[in-house]
Amino acid sequence: MVVNSVHWFRKGLRLHDNPALQEALNGADTVRCVYILDPWFAGATNVGVNRWRFLLESLEDLDTSLKKLNSRLFVVRGQPADVFPRLFKEWNVTRLTFEYDSEPYSKDRDGAIVKIAQEFGVETIVRHSHTLYSPERVVEMNGGGPPLTFKRFQALVSRLELPKKPVATITPEQMAGSRSHIADNHDERYSVPSLEELGFRNPPQGTSVWKGGETEALERLNKHLDRKAWVANFERPRIKAHSLFASSTGLSPYLCFGCLSCRVFYHHLRELYMKLRRRSSPPLSLFGQLLWREFFYTAATNNPNFDRMEGNPICVQIPWDNNRQALTKWAEGRTGFPWIDAIMTQLRQEGWIHHLARHAVACFLTRGDLWISWESGMRVFEELLLDSDWSVNAGSWMWLSCSAFFQQFFHCYCPVGFGRRIDPSGDYIRTYLPQLKDYPNRYIYEPWNAPEAVQKAARCVVGVDYPKPMINHAESSRLNIERMKQVYQQLSHYRGLSLLASVPTIQEEAEPLLSDDSQASSSASADTHELCGVCALSSGPLLPWDMERSCDCVAPAPVTSPPQLHPQTPAAESLCLCPEQAGTGQGPAPQPE
Amino acid sequence: MKRARANIASKCASFSPSQTRAKKKKITEGPPASSHYPAQDWGNLPHHVVLHIFQYLSLVDRARASSVCRRWNDVFHIPELWRRFEFELNQPATSYLRSTHPDLIQQIIKRHAQHLQYVSFKVDSCTESAEAACDILSQLVNCTIKTLGLISTARPSFMDVSQSHFVSALTVVFVNSKSLSSIKIDDTPVDDPSLKVLVANNSDTLKLLKMSSCPHVSPAGILCVADQCHGLRELALNYHLLSDDLLLALSSEKHVHLEHLRIDVVSENPGQQFHTIRTSSWRALIRHSPRVSVVMYFFLYEEEFEPFFCDETPVTHLYFGRAVSKEMLGRVGLNCPRLVELVVCANGLEPLDEELIRIAERCKGLTAIGLGECEVTCSGFMEFVRMCGGRLSQLSIMEEVLIPDNTYSMEQIPSEVSKHLGRIWFPDMMPTW
Repeated sequence: MVVNSVHWFRKGLRLHDNPALQEALNGADTVRCVYILDPWFAGATNVGVNRWRFLLESLEDLDTSLKKLNSRLFVVRGQPADVFPRLFKEWNVTRLTFEYDSEPYSKDRDGAIVKIAQEFGVETIVRHSHTLYSPERVVEMNGGGPPLTFKRFQALVSRLELPKKPVATITPEQMAGSRSHIADNHDERYSVPSLEELGFRNPPQGTSVWKGGETEALERLNKHLDRKAWVANFERPRIKAHSLFASSTGLSPYLCFGCLSCRVFYHHLRELYMKLRRRSSPPLSLFGQLLWREFFYTAATNNPNFDRMEGNPICVQIPWDNNRQALTKWAEGRTGFPWIDAIMTQLRQEGWIHHLARHAVACFLTRGDLWISWESGMRVFEELLLDSDWSVNAGSWMWLSCSAFFQQFFHCYCPVGFGRRIDPSGDYIRTYLPQLKDYPNRYIYEPWNAPEAVQKAARCVVGVDYPKPMINHAESSRLNIERMKQVYQQLSHYRGLSLLASVPTIQEEAEPLLSDDSQASSSASADTHELCGVCALSSGPLLPWDMERSCDCVAPAPVTSPPQLHPQTPAAESLCLCPEQAGTGQGPAPQPE
Repeated sequence: MKRARANIASKCASFSPSQTRAKKKKITEGPPASSHYPAQDWGNLPHHVVLHIFQYLSLVDRARASSVCRRWNDVFHIPELWRRFEFELNQPATSYLRSTHPDLIQQIIKRHAQHLQYVSFKVDSCTESAEAACDILSQLVNCTIKTLGLISTARPSFMDVSQSHFVSALTVVFVNSKSLSSIKIDDTPVDDPSLKVLVANNSDTLKLLKMSSCPHVSPAGILCVADQCHGLRELALNYHLLSDDLLLALSSEKHVHLEHLRIDVVSENPGQQFHTIRTSSWRALIRHSPRVSVVMYFFLYEEEFEPFFCDETPVTHLYFGRAVSKEMLGRVGLNCPRLVELVVCANGLEPLDEELIRIAERCKGLTAIGLGECEVTCSGFMEFVRMCGGRLSQLSIMEEVLIPDNTYSMEQIPSEVSKHLGRIWFPDMMPTW
């Protein structure tokens, strides 16, 4: 029987470690590699020009590599559900392969395509290679719900076998066995589109800081490992001023688009470590960034509302302010805080910023200063950030806004002091905000405090050439700490019902073994605190709560937790933490309808 | 709201929505031939049982249930269920949250105002919301409110209401409810004359007053409250209202023991000069109320700290919201023997080792500490933990600020710290992404 394969590229834009593509080639008579995109849709989506450029460069690179194997990439214009029936007929397809995608939206899309394929009698083969571990497997090990702290996640994966070894790169011999028919008008019909075709009128000229594609990814990987071998230090590098700039060994966008296989990265790093450290087996911390990515993929896989507050069982409901003007100032780098504005400028121009810079701007937008919903920030990152995986982006925003995963909120990054500690001379600001380049170091992080003469000498007067700070940070952080306390104090009522067993990080993290004890311990602690909702905080990790606990206990009728007919009555209807999460600590997964 | 409902449904299975619906049907259509739950069982549930169940339900669900039958409707209006109410006032343009329905507000004012005892208002960042709250306040005439809270959930929008509007609304409650005991009016334009009205009407009952960041109150205004309200046990205010006279007034013989004093120290403009409080005044306070907790929140620039902690200060809880110098933390170690909890959000570039060790040594009551952007060497941190040992019930530090040194690597820290604390401990982590 004739086997005509189509491999559908989505993420996983590579020929190395691509198990689904291997399956396409396996015994096939013909193979066509397909990427589907809808140019009419491109302009309408919330994806910025840098991300499109990176994608197109990655596709060009794939096409070039396939040419070397006497094949081509078929970029098909349209929507998958419309395109596939056409292709199945036109090419007489018998086998469809693609890489598994664990994100809820993609699972829906892929399910529909598998169904269409079935109707056409096309066999579908799906292989897992975008993450190290199977998110489903981790969820299952955790009793059906996603692990909600990173420690918990680490404990789970440390019990798993090592991630699978990467599969071999596609060889010319393999390709020779299964030809793809390249029509004469291939370039006309299936070439990689230009940015202009996608509707970008004046795409930025010149070379991008981050060039898309597998070739570039593998070069960077080599450099990355060479440098690690050279430094022979596997500790997480401490941040320095130069860390803020794009590095030629950065890999995150390549992992996001799948130009680099995370398994290849993982195993190379592991081998290098064992070579240099005399075969001792590496600690989990070696794979820090990779594991964070896995963590968020796992947390999101069964949660279609993972990217919003409403209806998201793991997200604390916070009464964010809706302020379009302030959001725009932040997104466009016009806050008047040079540290924040420089980061947002770098993000817009280049598509990448250091993770501490992400922390700084995310904190500023949400719980630190502007009190604007993390969802708005997430959408801006989705547009601008090259490595914004849906799961990782939403998860990180929830994390940084203290909306989920339950960490400390007592500390907000200062939009002046934080940057100054990393880069005291302000070179980073001078690079991205050239209008401030002549400011003395002393004022570069707070130009509004510079005497008028200094501002004039630097040819940049605050309020004229550069905006005044949009907010008084001291005042807003005072207010926001109070707001955050209000939110979390309300949650404590739920804890009184032992519903919110998972709020205190420490209880969960403190639990060394994966047993049912956590359930017992959390409900026990809840019992002891039933008397007063606010007292419950005393065992929690959040210090500012504790400061207030005596007050609310001695008060006969404190405002925050008045004596009620029944102390367990949830305090506010508006504040709803989902029962699923609440009930379970690390128990069953919230199964969204 | 949907969530809350799901929550309840899972808690008491017998009230799952489908059964509620089934039961409704039976009541309207008469009992079917073979029913597991004969209709009269539900209608005849004793009052106190329905009441008990209602206490678990959200207001909306109670309202729905009240339309099931007359008896349930009677229970719906029982005063006990209306003692506590939280008005939520939001504008669709500025908030993602829903508001209390205007009809419900009217119904409460008409029918249940006299039952209200614990009332709070939550408003979003919009001035109209705060104004709406004031309008409701001015209608709460026949009330015996005990607890009143005005809470801004986003920005302090009560500050945008005209002062006269706000003050006249607030004084309606002060004048009409004669047994107010707890009042939380942070970030509002309350002023001295309205506090005088409060004192004139509620001096015997007032126990708690929280009024951080109320710029229209003067030190004399708050002093008048302290002089007259001898039952005051908790007070929250800004540092500019704190005076030697105030501490002495709170320590007079007639006054009950103060239990909680919260002081916010916020700088309005850089380089602001702050007054000092005499050691003798602090001592008087502690003599009179030996167990009082003194909570101080600092939001100052480094150079503004000069007047603080030069002499012994009986602070128990300290929160430094901005960078604070090593020198200042050194002084805290020397002069804050009552310290229980300490949060330092940031400090300068130098590791904090000696300061922490001194704090461990001198602040024998310290049980909780949180460190944000404060670098500490691993050895210094270990020494601090060793000295404090198991009494540290809260220990929070970000992983990235611990500096590995010759004695300890990052990998060793969690297990070493856990040993001293007697429980499993990890530093806080932030995603590298």
